[in-house]
Amino acid sequence: MVEFNLPRNSRVQEGKTHPAPAGAKNTRTFKIYRWDPDQGGNPRLDTYSVDMDNCGPMVLDALIKIKDEVDPTLTFRRSCREGICGSCSMNIDSYNTLACLKPIADIKGDVAIYPLPHLQVVKDLVPDLNHIYAQYTAIEPWLKADTPPPPAGERLQSPEDRAELDGLWECILCFCCQTSCPSYWWNSDRYLGPAILLQAARWVLDSRDEAAGERLDQLDDPFRLFRCHTIMNCTDTCPKGLNPGEAIAKLKIKMFERTG
Amino acid sequence: MSLRTPLGKARGLGAAKEGASSHWMAERLPAIALVPLMLWFVFVAIIGNLDASYADMVTFMGSPWNATLMLLTVFCAFYHGMLGLIVIIEDYVQHHTIKHILVFGLKMYAALGSVLAAVSILKLTFGG
Repeated sequence: MVEFNLPRNSRVQEGKTHPAPAGAKNTRTFKIYRWDPDQGGNPRLDTYSVDMDNCGPMVLDALIKIKDEVDPTLTFRRSCREGICGSCSMNIDSYNTLACLKPIADIKGDVAIYPLPHLQVVKDLVPDLNHIYAQYTAIEPWLKADTPPPPAGERLQSPEDRAELDGLWECILCFCCQTSCPSYWWNSDRYLGPAILLQAARWVLDSRDEAAGERLDQLDDPFRLFRCHTIMNCTDTCPKGLNPGEAIAKLKIKMFERTG
Repeated sequence: MSLRTPLGKARGLGAAKEGASSHWMAERLPAIALVPLMLWFVFVAIIGNLDASYADMVTFMGSPWNATLMLLTVFCAFYHGMLGLIVIIEDYVQHHTIKHILVFGLKMYAALGSVLAAVSILKLTFGG
């Protein structure tokens, strides 16, 4: 849905301020989006001063420090803290990225942290990803083949065919790209978005998969695939350096290849 | 409120399976054609005829080449513009009925505009 203003109950208000401990000399200010469904009301922006002499280098380190030492109610997803689980994706300094891979030193001024844009918020920095997961399920992201695997057990792939999957298999489903895409903001009910389309390309381009035609049939739609307008926010923001825009272009070319 | 499952919502009414890739290609081919056509239109048809009289324009459009290029410019521009604006309407207008009324109106406008322009060009070509 196109919305140029936040709804009245989503406008962010000034929140609480948590000063740094006495004696801290090297501090940074974090402004963090807070919303608690149990308390209701409008979301607010809480301010935390953090002693950087006693804190790890990444934004996630600061978040964990705040949760441990200052405010245990601060809620966010995190797991591996090394950029492979995709849990701590959030909007930091106006870019969607992984908190565990974003050095605090890269950010000038106050560090503003919001949940991924244009999703329902469950609590604080935790957005509702159910629809995105359902879209991922809808593209049936598993190998489909009528030919049984060879008796030796493995479906073989030439090095050249395997190379087709480079830049696709590395995706960790953090959905930074998905939620950076204006086209996805406006039409997420029908447009699949860059993350899901990159996964769709990963299966269409897999030499072992025998269902490319069926997969392309499912994408042959003015919204599901063709709502991509090559805005390229996806590629710009991907914390893993992948190129969903190129993956989508490959799908469009495949779609055209089979027409004549 | 709806109790539909997330997967049910994501699958929705299914893929349209028609028109999507052809719309996409049909928008791009006239865009490529419009690059030389617009150069001809601006530098030959407009700047080349800046102080032309009506009689000069009749002579200019009397040339089969000029008339053909002018007709192609008009058709490509209206067609490409129509397809592009349909995408913009689909992007930003969520209300189902309003969206379809706008798209229908746009198609009528493109048909009327391009045929009116074509008839005007041919009138000049065949004697003013």
